[in-house]
Amino acid sequence: MSKSRIGAVVILIIAILLAWGLYASEKATGDGFLAGFKFKLGLDLRGGTQLIYQADVSAIESSEVKNAMEGLRDVIERRVNLFGVSEPVVQVEETGALSGTSGEQRLIVELPGVTNVDQAVKLLGETPLLEFKLLLPVEGTTTQQLVDTGLTGRFLKKAQLQFDQSGGFSGSPSVVLEFNEEGSDLFAKITRENVGKILAIYLDNAPISTPVINEEITGGNAVITGQFTSEEGKILVGRLNSGALPVPIELISTQKIGATLGSQAVDRGVFAGLIGFIIVALFLILWYRLPGLLAVVALCVYVVLMLVLFKLIPVTLTAAGIAGFILSIGMAVDANILIFERMKEELKKNESIDQAMHEGFSRAWPSIRDSNISSMITAVVLFWFGTSLVKGFALTFGIGVLISMFTAITATRMFLYALGRKTFLSQSSAKIKFLFSSGLSK
Amino acid sequence: MFIIKYKKYFLVLSSLLVIASVVLVLTLGLKPAIDFTGGSLIELEMKTLVTEADVLSTKQKAEELLSAPALVQPVGENGILIRTRTLTQGEHEKLLTSFGDVDEKRFDSIGPVIGKELRTKSFWAIGLVIVLIVLYITFAFRKVSKPVSSWKYGLIAVVTLVHDVIVPAGFFALWGYYTGAQMDVLFITAILAILGFSIHDTIVVFDRIRENLRLSGGKESFAIIVGQSLSQTFTRSINTSLTVVLTLLALMLFGGASTKDFALVLLVGIVAGTYSSIFVASPLLVVAESLQKK
Repeated sequence: MSKSRIGAVVILIIAILLAWGLYASEKATGDGFLAGFKFKLGLDLRGGTQLIYQADVSAIESSEVKNAMEGLRDVIERRVNLFGVSEPVVQVEETGALSGTSGEQRLIVELPGVTNVDQAVKLLGETPLLEFKLLLPVEGTTTQQLVDTGLTGRFLKKAQLQFDQSGGFSGSPSVVLEFNEEGSDLFAKITRENVGKILAIYLDNAPISTPVINEEITGGNAVITGQFTSEEGKILVGRLNSGALPVPIELISTQKIGATLGSQAVDRGVFAGLIGFIIVALFLILWYRLPGLLAVVALCVYVVLMLVLFKLIPVTLTAAGIAGFILSIGMAVDANILIFERMKEELKKNESIDQAMHEGFSRAWPSIRDSNISSMITAVVLFWFGTSLVKGFALTFGIGVLISMFTAITATRMFLYALGRKTFLSQSSAKIKFLFSSGLSK
Repeated sequence: MFIIKYKKYFLVLSSLLVIASVVLVLTLGLKPAIDFTGGSLIELEMKTLVTEADVLSTKQKAEELLSAPALVQPVGENGILIRTRTLTQGEHEKLLTSFGDVDEKRFDSIGPVIGKELRTKSFWAIGLVIVLIVLYITFAFRKVSKPVSSWKYGLIAVVTLVHDVIVPAGFFALWGYYTGAQMDVLFITAILAILGFSIHDTIVVFDRIRENLRLSGGKESFAIIVGQSLSQTFTRSINTSLTVVLTLLALMLFGGASTKDFALVLLVGIVAGTYSSIFVASPLLVVAESLQKK
C-alpha cells in the first residue's frame, strides 16, 4: 500500500473514532469520563445572567491593587457559590490601553441558569449587616428602646447551619454563630450584664430573632433560631461567612437571557449549519466531481476535528461562535477550490493527471498561505477586541482557518493520491477529463 | 480582458457605490445599539397576543415610572421590546412588577462607560486589521517590484478594503432605516470578518499576477498580464465566495434570530468584496502602472 493510502485510512479511522466520541460524550450521563466533555454553551445559549462590576480601587496603592482584586474575587466567588449553579464564572479584568479607559478594574460574574437578576445582584453586591441590639428601658419612663451593643458581624469567626434535633423529624434549622476572641469577650460581657433582657439580632436592619438572655454565655457561641427555611438558613450562613467586600464595587452592566431564547438559538444554529453543509457539499460534488467528492469527505473530517477541539480546549460556544463555525464551513473549502481550479487548468494544458495534481497543490499554495495569514490576523485582532460574545466568534474563526489548512490541503491530497495515481493513469483520458473537469463541461 | 478594457466604467461605478453608501450613512445614520451608547433593553413575553394598546400602555407605564423616554415595540406574536436609559436594580425591579404577570426573556443594562470603551475599541480594531493586512501584503509581494512596487499592491488592497467596509455600512444604514436594526457589537464583528475574508480574492488575483509577471519575463505589457490573470482566476474568485455566500444564506434564513443581521451584513460585505477584488483592485493596479509611466 502506498503511503497516501495508509495516511488516508488513518485519517478516516481517527475521524470516525472522534465522531463516535463526539456522539458518545453528548449522550453520556453521570460522572463518567466522557461526560466531562460536553459542549460548553455560553450564557446567551443556555440562559443566565452576566454582571460586570467596576471596582473602585482609587483608595488602594497601585502595588496592592492586584491583591485587593483577588480578595474581591474570592469574596464574590463565595457569594456566587450560594446560588448553587453549575460552572459559574468570576473573573477579574483590567481594561486595556486601547479601550480609552486604561487600568480600570472590572469583575465579570457569569451565572448560568440564574434569571432573577434583581435577587442575584442583591445577594452578590450587599454585605450582610449583622447587629446585636439590646431592648433596654428608657430611664424615668416605662417605654423601652433598642440600644446598639457594639457587637456586629465584624466579630464573627464563622457561622454554621444546625438542625434542631429535639423538634422531631421536622428539624427546624438554626444558625450557630461563632465569635472570635474579642467578640466572645464582648458577648459574654453583654449577656452577663443583661440577664433577663431581650437581645435582638438584626440582619440588614431587620430583626430576625429576639431571644431573651437567660444567663451569661461564655465560649463565644450564639444561636439564631429565626423563622426561616433550611434554604434561607443556608443562604444566610453563606452570606455571613463570605465576609465583607475588600473593595467597593459598582454594577455597570447587566445582561440576562432567558433559557428558551438560548435553546431556540442552539436548535436553529445546528439546523442552519446542517443546511449550509449540505449545500456546500452539493456544490462541491456537482462542480468538481471526483475531487469535489473527496473534498466533501475532507470537509466532514474538518467538522469532526472542529467539534472535538471545541470540546477539548474547551471553547465556550455562543450564538456568534456558532455563526463563525457555520461561516468557516464555507471558507474551509476555499483552499480546495483554489487547488482544483488549478488542477483543471494544468489538465487543459494537456499535462498528465499526475503532473496536474502535483502542480495544482504546489501552485495554489502561495495564495492559500497569504489569504489564510490575513484571516489569522483578523482573528487575533477580533479576539483581543472581544467582549465574550466576540471572543467566541474569533476563536472558532481562527481555529477554523488552521484546521481547514490541514483538511483542505493535506487530507484532500492524501485522499486523492490514495485512489492511486496508477489507477488514474490506466484510465482513458476522456474518463479522467470527465472526473476532474467541472461545472457545465462534459 | 473586458474588465481591464472598460476599467474606467467599473471604477466610476464603484466610486458611485461608495459615495452613495457614505451619503446613506451620513443622512440615515447608523443607529448605535446600547452596546455603544449605554442604556437598557427588556424583552417581555406576554401571556396573550400583543395588541397595539398593550404596546402603548407599556410605553406609558415605563415612561411614567422612569421619567425618561422609552422606545417600545412588539416582537413576534406576544413579545414586547423596551429600550430605555440605563436602569438601576431597584428601577428594574419596580418596572417588572408593574407589568404584572409577564415573563422577562431578556434584560440588558449597559453603563455608559462600557459603551464608550466599545466604541474606542471598535475604531482601533478596524484600523489595526487594515494596517496589519496591508503590511502583510506589502511583505508577501516584496519580490514583485516591477513594474508596480509592492507597497502599491498593499495600498490598493486598502482601497478595496475600505470599499468593502463602506458598502455594507451604507447598506446597513438603509436596512436599519426600514427595519430598525441597530449597530451592535456583532455588526463590528461582521465588518472585521469582512476585512479578513474579502482580502482573499484580492490575494488570489494578485498572486496570479505575481506568477504571470515572473513567467513572462517582461515581454508582455502589464495591462495584458493583469487581464490574463483576471480571466484565469475569475471562476475561482467567484466559487470561493459562493461557498461562503451559501453558508451565510443558510445562516440568515434558518439560523438564530440574534445572528440574522450579522449574516446579512457579512453577505453584503462578501459580495462587495468579491466584486471589488475583480472589478476594482486589478484595474487600479493597471491605473497605478500607467500613472507611473507618465
